[in-house]
Amino acid sequence: MTGRDLLGIEGLDRTDLERILETAERMQEVGRRDVKKVPTLRGRTLINLFFEASTRTRTSFEIAGKRLSADVVNFTPSSSSLTKAESILDTAMTLDAMDPDAVIVRHKVAGVPKRIADALAAPVINAGDGAHEHPTQALLDCFTVKQEKGRFDGLTVTIIGDITHSRVARSNLYAFTKLGAEVRLAAPPTMLPTGIESLGAKAYTSLREALEGADVVMVLRIQQERLDGQPRRRDRARSRRPPPERDPRPGAQRRRGADGRPVSVRGALGEARGMRASGARSARQASEGDRARVGVVEEVRGEERDG
Amino acid sequence: MVLDDVAIRRALVRIAHEVVERTETLPELYLVAIPNGGVPLARIIAAQVRAISGLEVPVGILDTTLYRDDLTARGVRPPLRRTEMPSAVDDRAVVLVDDVVSTGRTIRAAMDALMDFGRPRSVQVIGLVDRGHRELPIKIDFVGKNVPTQREERVVLRGLSGDLEGPLEVVILESDGGAA
Repeated sequence: MTGRDLLGIEGLDRTDLERILETAERMQEVGRRDVKKVPTLRGRTLINLFFEASTRTRTSFEIAGKRLSADVVNFTPSSSSLTKAESILDTAMTLDAMDPDAVIVRHKVAGVPKRIADALAAPVINAGDGAHEHPTQALLDCFTVKQEKGRFDGLTVTIIGDITHSRVARSNLYAFTKLGAEVRLAAPPTMLPTGIESLGAKAYTSLREALEGADVVMVLRIQQERLDGQPRRRDRARSRRPPPERDPRPGAQRRRGADGRPVSVRGALGEARGMRASGARSARQASEGDRARVGVVEEVRGEERDG
Repeated sequence: MVLDDVAIRRALVRIAHEVVERTETLPELYLVAIPNGGVPLARIIAAQVRAISGLEVPVGILDTTLYRDDLTARGVRPPLRRTEMPSAVDDRAVVLVDDVVSTGRTIRAAMDALMDFGRPRSVQVIGLVDRGHRELPIKIDFVGKNVPTQREERVVLRGLSGDLEGPLEVVILESDGGAA
C-alpha cells in the first residue's frame, strides 16, 4: 500500500487486497468467540466523520474499531457545514487536534477524503466519496465472493445498474480486476461512462449477454441522490433500454429468465436478486462487513507503525 | 544445528512423559499450540500422551499476533494466523506449546488471549528451546533444550521438506537470515 491512507482500491495492488482479505478471514474467528474483542488497538482513537448519511457503513466501522479495542467516536457534522470546502477542512482540522489514530470519512463530493488526508496528520480511510470510490464496500464484496467461491481467478463478475454514478461499481471494478476476475458492467448507455473499458472491464448494454455465464452478479440501485437536474430514472431507463427482441439463435430458450419469459431489465434484476437471496448473502454480508473493515482498520495500524 | 529431527522427537517424548506425570487430572489436559512452530510439536506430544495414557488430548491453535505488545518495535507486519480452539478452556489444565521461547512476550500474549476464551484451572508452558533473554517473569515448565544465544541471533524451528509436516530441525541463524 502506498502511504498510510486508504482512499481507494485504485492505489492498492493485488498483494494488499489479498492481505486485507486474509486478515478479515482470520477475524471471523474472533467474531465467533464469547469475548468478541482483541486488544490490538487498545488506547487508540478512531473518528467516524460522516458528512453523508449512512447507517450500515458507520456502524460497521464502529463495530470493527470496537472489536479491536479502539475508542470510536462518531462525528456527524450538521448540514450547514457541508456547503463550503473550507468548513469541511476546518471541521477535519479541529478533529485532528484531538489526535485521533485514524479518521474515517464519507462525503457526497468525490475527492474530499483525499483533501482531508492531505491536511491531517492522522491516516484517513475513505468510507465513500461521491461517485469516486467506496473501497471498504468493495473489499467486503470481494470477501463475500471469496467466502462463496474460494477464488477470483477465472471468475466472471457482472455488475448491473447505474455504473456512472456508482462509487461501489468503480471500486469493485478495480478490486475484482486486480484480484484476477473478469468484470462486466451492464447498464443502459446513459448509465455507462464512456471509456470505462479502458479500466479493464467489458461494457454491455444487453443484460442477457452480460449475464451469460456470469459467476457473480451484483445489482446496484439507481443513485437517485446523485441525479440532480438529470432525467428521472424511469425516463432514463425506459428511453435507453434496447427494445426486447427474441434471440433467433439456437439455445435462445436457455437464456430465458427463471419465469420462462425472455430476460428483461426487470426480470434480470429479479433473477439476480433471487440469486443473492438464495445464498442469503445480503444479511450475512452485514456481519462480514465488520470483518472486512476490521481488516482495513488493522491495516491502518500497520501503516501507521511503518511511518 | 541445535537440534536435529531425532533429538527433537526424543525431547518431545520426554516432555510428554513429564506432562502426564505432573498433570493431576489427566482428562483436563488441553494442549494449546502457538503457531506456526508450536502446532506440529503439540500434535507430536498429543500422540505421545495418547500412546502413554490412552487419552485423546485436545490440541488447540492460538494466534497471539493481535495480543502482542511489541508490534511497533518490530516494524514488520506479521500476518494473522489461524486460531482454532476446539474445546472450552474453562477448568482445563492448559499447556501452551511453543517452539522457541525467549523474551516471554509471546507467552504473555498467549496467556491474555487464552483468558479471553475462559478461565483455565492452570496454565503451563512447553518450550522446545529456551534461548534466554527473558524480559518478563515467565517460566517454562517443560523445556526441550536450553540454548545459550546472542541476543541478535535468531533461533528457528523449520521443516527439512519446506513445511512443518515432515522432519524438523532447530537452527541458529544470523540476524540477516543466513545459517550461523
